[in-house]
Amino acid sequence: MTRRIVPNTIALLVALVVAFPIYWMVLSALKPAGEIQSATPVPWTLHPTLDSFQRVLRVNDFGRYFVNSLIVALAVVALSGLVAFLAAVALTRFRFRFRSTLLVLFLIAQMVPIEALTIPLFFLVRDLGALNTLFSLILVHFAFTLPLAVWMLRGFVAAIPDEIEEAAQLDGASRWQILWRILFPLVAPGLAATGVFSFITAWNDFLFARTFIISATENQTLPMALLVFFKPDENDWGGIMAASVLMTVPVLIFFLLVQRRLVSGLAGAVKD
Amino acid sequence: MTAIDAGPAVTVRARSRRKRQFAPLWMLLPAAAVLLPLFVYPIYQLGLLSVLDFRQAQVSGGQPTRFIGFDNYAELMSAPRFWSVLWATVVFAAALVVVTLAVGAALAVLLTKISRWAAIALSLAAMAAWAAPAMTGSTVWMFLFDTNLGLVNRVLGWEGHNWTYERFSAFALVGAVVVWHSFPFVMVTLYAGIKALPEQVLEAAQLDGAGPWRSFWSITVPMLRPVIAIVVIQSIIWDFKIFTQIYVMTNGGGIAGQNLTLNVYAYQQAFASSEYGLGSAIGVVMMLILLAVTLVYLRMLRRSGEPL
Repeated sequence: MTRRIVPNTIALLVALVVAFPIYWMVLSALKPAGEIQSATPVPWTLHPTLDSFQRVLRVNDFGRYFVNSLIVALAVVALSGLVAFLAAVALTRFRFRFRSTLLVLFLIAQMVPIEALTIPLFFLVRDLGALNTLFSLILVHFAFTLPLAVWMLRGFVAAIPDEIEEAAQLDGASRWQILWRILFPLVAPGLAATGVFSFITAWNDFLFARTFIISATENQTLPMALLVFFKPDENDWGGIMAASVLMTVPVLIFFLLVQRRLVSGLAGAVKD
Repeated sequence: MTAIDAGPAVTVRARSRRKRQFAPLWMLLPAAAVLLPLFVYPIYQLGLLSVLDFRQAQVSGGQPTRFIGFDNYAELMSAPRFWSVLWATVVFAAALVVVTLAVGAALAVLLTKISRWAAIALSLAAMAAWAAPAMTGSTVWMFLFDTNLGLVNRVLGWEGHNWTYERFSAFALVGAVVVWHSFPFVMVTLYAGIKALPEQVLEAAQLDGAGPWRSFWSITVPMLRPVIAIVVIQSIIWDFKIFTQIYVMTNGGGIAGQNLTLNVYAYQQAFASSEYGLGSAIGVVMMLILLAVTLVYLRMLRRSGEPL
């Protein structure tokens, strides 16, 4: 036990350093304005207040951006989960020509620098008349999260024994029933894992929100809305930190809930 | 045909019929319907735009678009700025990969040597950093390093010091945030890899008198090669594409563009300067670099014998 004192101490110190920015964000969001300006900042507060949150939500209508972000992220999770599930079943349960080629293409697609595609996608979205809409964001993230979702789900589908399907078939289940009543629930843990990644991609996106949502500020999402608090003369750090907390907490909860599945899903996706 | 082998024969036939019936085509159709217009077509468009004279006048339709061949590329190659941005991108990404891997690997090894409670504390902290959106990670670190109100300057007594004023310290600050965000992936993946190693091998090495350092380099690292290859490639791809942190923390690429990377440079050329053709050419260069990395990755996968 004693020989672990040194590594344990190091680990704990590292954990403190790594967690500190998150702690400082939450703390600063709760500090009254005077303490944020204070010349001697202390790592605690004796007068926690929700002032910053109220300012952010009431004055700056942050709730609206929160809902916008949520709509985009949840739509992307649902759409890309559904479509990826179908594709993953096709790629694991059937042998056909070009199957390997398709798998490699899905892998390559994950490497494509989507940032470089902003320019053509901007014109595409403009020609669709979808600039300034949440729909434009759902559309691009639907496409961008699909390759990883297919690649990750493949492992989960492959892990389901063939016999289950065969037994169901002998019992007279149709292919639709096998697909939705049997495979779909069994892959649910995998869908949760891929869902987190899709959610985070859509939730965190700054680039496309910045490019597509030009004038319709009411359709802005959280990452862009955060910039509102940066002022040339003086940044409203209390507001920025409160807004950052509002943006971080949903992902954090999501992440911790499916943490185990996430790691196994990722390991599966990475291993292949 | 005897009654005995009729059973399997029927099953096999039923199975092959099922395979034909369940033609996988319609199951792949939705994915194709999304990826072809929103992924494949834009890639083609990017290539096309890069050989066009495409600026504000062409966007608004005031002037016809004109095919100019590789003029955009020639313009890039002759601009000192392009080379300095390319160089900065490569050096910045390489430094990030090295630091992320070193930190992630060191902590993965540390995880195997500590008590459960300490491992949980470290994992939770890492998860929090991993989950934090790039945007909020950037804002928090900007606050910590703020010129006047930042904790770091207050503690160091450096009030008034601007961390993004100088090129190197601005890159370093952005780099710190990126490493903070991305080391957990490396740590978790390598830790899972180490845990999966057969213990007997390491014990045997210990019995043969190998110290921890020796057995790490001679046994753990070679056996983990496939996992290491994957985290290296993933990190390269990830670090080459950093956008949000640079854009937000250095306010669009730093003072006089000193902190531009290819990504941000392409974006600025297209959307700030309305040089869409030129921006697309930069995008193509980036695409080619990452394609090369991807091909190396695929070769490694093949060599490690993973069936696709």
